[in-house]
Amino acid sequence: MNQTQKHTLDPNTWVDQYADYLFNYAVVRVNNSNLAKDLVQDTFFAGLKSAKNFKGDATERTWLVSILKRKVIDYYRKINSKKGQAEVRMSFYNDGENEGNWIEERVPQSWNNASEKAIENEELKTQLEDCIDGLPEKYAMVFRMKTIQEFETEEICNELGITSSNLWVIIHRARTQLRTCMEVNWFNA
Amino acid sequence: MRRKMSKGIKITCDEATTICDKNQYREASLLEKIKLQWHLFLCKHCTTYTVQNKTLSNLFKKQAESYKDKNHCMSTTDKETLKKVLKKIE
Repeated sequence: MNQTQKHTLDPNTWVDQYADYLFNYAVVRVNNSNLAKDLVQDTFFAGLKSAKNFKGDATERTWLVSILKRKVIDYYRKINSKKGQAEVRMSFYNDGENEGNWIEERVPQSWNNASEKAIENEELKTQLEDCIDGLPEKYAMVFRMKTIQEFETEEICNELGITSSNLWVIIHRARTQLRTCMEVNWFNA
Repeated sequence: MRRKMSKGIKITCDEATTICDKNQYREASLLEKIKLQWHLFLCKHCTTYTVQNKTLSNLFKKQAESYKDKNHCMSTTDKETLKKVLKKIE
């Protein structure tokens, strides 16, 4: 009576059926197509290895996505914990009586002809991308997910296992560095 | 990172610009916005930051639009390679 349809796995069709979906899922998060390809491949490997644990409750695609989700978290943890990783340059004193104040050489300078220079063009887009790419990996990833891919804060926090205050510190540091980068390389170049 | 807990409405430049950044996504609370406004009333640097931040947000918005609904696909060659690799370990 209580017949719910069980899903089955058919690894031979995985690439044709899910490679694009999984690739797209990965690339909007890690913004690097080679890395995304690796993650998709790892996902299929892991899927083959644990195929015997597939209970058939979820669809094949949902199951594969759940594996990929863990791969994305693993990647984030790796770039977050990398020893000697590049950090963003501090813009504010973080101790002493000046704590929380602007560090002199990082104080925002006024921009020349800001409105004229903010007119959209390809060169400007390239400069923006370069500045984002210049951020340490972790900052670039969270910043892109939030600002360029427009994920909800909650979604990012869940997917990467961070708190919202972590997220805002990351966004704040990323944006402060991006502002300086655009100031030096574009607005006041 | 050590962060001094601010009492009352006074906040540091670091905190003010954090709120300003949060506000670019319309996610700052009312209390945060009040603290920010009070800080901006007194601080020239953060006012400059706020004005420039809006300009940057507009640029990012346009960048986001050009990414929107873009469907990233894997190339046929990549898929064929992937199939071969999977065949080997199956």
